[in-house]
Amino acid sequence: MSERRFTLITGRTTKQGRSVHLGKDAKEFLDEISTLQMNLKDIEVLGLQEGDQVQLRTSHGSAVVRCKKGDIPQGLVFIAYGGFINALVGSDTQATGMPNTKGIEVEVERYG
Amino acid sequence: MAESVGVKDLKVVEGVTCPFCGVTCDDLVVHVEDGKIKEVKNACVLGKDTFMHHLEGWATPRIHGKPATVDQCIDAAAEILAKAKYPLIYGLDSTELHAQRKSIELADLIGANIDHTSSVCHAPSLQAVQTVGISSCTVGEVKNRADLVIFWGCNPAEAHPRHPSRYSVTAKGLFTPRGKRDRMVIHVDVRPTPTARMADAFIQIKPNSDYEVFSALRALLKGHELDQTEVGGVAIDEWKTLLEKMKSSKFGILYWGMGLTMTRGKYLNIVALLTLTQELNRYTKFQAAPMRGHGNVVGMAQVLTWQTGYPFAVNLSRGYPRFNPGEYSVADLLAHGEVDAALIIAADAIGNFPAKMAEHLRSIPMIAVDPKESETTKVATVVIPSAQAGIAAGGMAYRMDHIPLVMKKVVDSPYPSDREVLERIIAKVAAIKTGGNGAHR
Repeated sequence: MSERRFTLITGRTTKQGRSVHLGKDAKEFLDEISTLQMNLKDIEVLGLQEGDQVQLRTSHGSAVVRCKKGDIPQGLVFIAYGGFINALVGSDTQATGMPNTKGIEVEVERYG
Repeated sequence: MAESVGVKDLKVVEGVTCPFCGVTCDDLVVHVEDGKIKEVKNACVLGKDTFMHHLEGWATPRIHGKPATVDQCIDAAAEILAKAKYPLIYGLDSTELHAQRKSIELADLIGANIDHTSSVCHAPSLQAVQTVGISSCTVGEVKNRADLVIFWGCNPAEAHPRHPSRYSVTAKGLFTPRGKRDRMVIHVDVRPTPTARMADAFIQIKPNSDYEVFSALRALLKGHELDQTEVGGVAIDEWKTLLEKMKSSKFGILYWGMGLTMTRGKYLNIVALLTLTQELNRYTKFQAAPMRGHGNVVGMAQVLTWQTGYPFAVNLSRGYPRFNPGEYSVADLLAHGEVDAALIIAADAIGNFPAKMAEHLRSIPMIAVDPKESETTKVATVVIPSAQAGIAAGGMAYRMDHIPLVMKKVVDSPYPSDREVLERIIAKVAAIKTGGNGAHR
């Protein structure tokens, strides 16, 4: 299987919170916000290895990031808040003011 | 207060309030040498880096990408805002109270929509509190009394590193003298975050199932038996066990985060949570509180509510405040392409907004007031650097439990504070509107 649907969770990480003070163009910050945490079994099912590039696609857009093994259940993927998720999140708020920023359906596949 | 220790260019500032997250720890000790921060004591890694790297990535004053003076930038900003028919003022949670108050004065003057970063953070929590109220307390009460602490959809281990040690997990208090040994800590989330490591129990639920789970807990609390064997991917018996722990605690607190506000259900998740915690007060003392992100995020909601009656998403275009999330909230205003100019202050809107919202911001005259370069300053029409609140500018901030604290200025900045920038823009806009030159109000 080369492509699977996952639930995307976004959130804060310590590395992201620290490196943002170095600047939004700092390598440490960009590395952290472009790293997708996945369950090891999901990485294997997709035929990936840690560090491989993957493309994330939602109904709103796509982004290319690196995958990494994380402490996360199968079927979920996690990425830190930052510029890379912006393309994946829609602007509809269901009249609440808040876009759906966590729990988003996303397709993940090998890139390149 | 600043105290000289006898060396000409060395000072030690004690009791400094950290401006980074909503815990706003007020016990930092900052060592300053030759006007530069050399050491920060008592801070977490996030707070320490906030101070130690505050000189890195400073913004520069410019108009249309070309270098300009701060005075020229303020004049250009005033021209844009005075001309705008339906402007937006947004950001504001990473600055201090006086600047926040000035932003509302400016919004009133130009008939703007005014919203802050809570709008895409804990605004659903504010809506829920408006809907059903809240049974809540300060972090001091948690430290001294709480024997059950639940972290639901939040991750203080990474987002609020000192909250557990100062108040909620290992802190020793009046009725919790043994700290962690006098408390049970439970973490509920869709993934085992680092907070799970400090918890006595971790309950892993399915994404987007929180409303269902709170509703089930309320039904069980009322003595109803449920037909299902599991809710949110967790066995009913496990929820019954949690409920018994809640009922039998002496003082319980449920802290929630954006795991509830940003997922399906939005404010209804929080309405269910708050109703549950209120109903638990039939059995024991039970509280709830949001884990707030930015340093003075509570302050903006406090000031905006005091001044206009509403905590976010306020429209002043008719000369009086109107409140309507979904219409005057920043996400909707930008997604619908409604505003024709924007002042973004103390926030990186472009760096954090969904692409469609950022696209509209890029298409209109935009002013960015920020100490540091960001995705927003990169594309702003006018960039006005400011002194960072809580480091290079003093003021006040509200802690996440609504306790006001003093923010100290520990170093000088060549740039004006957010408050001063706003005061000068207000003076200039007022003068333009009355045909003057802005020299006097």
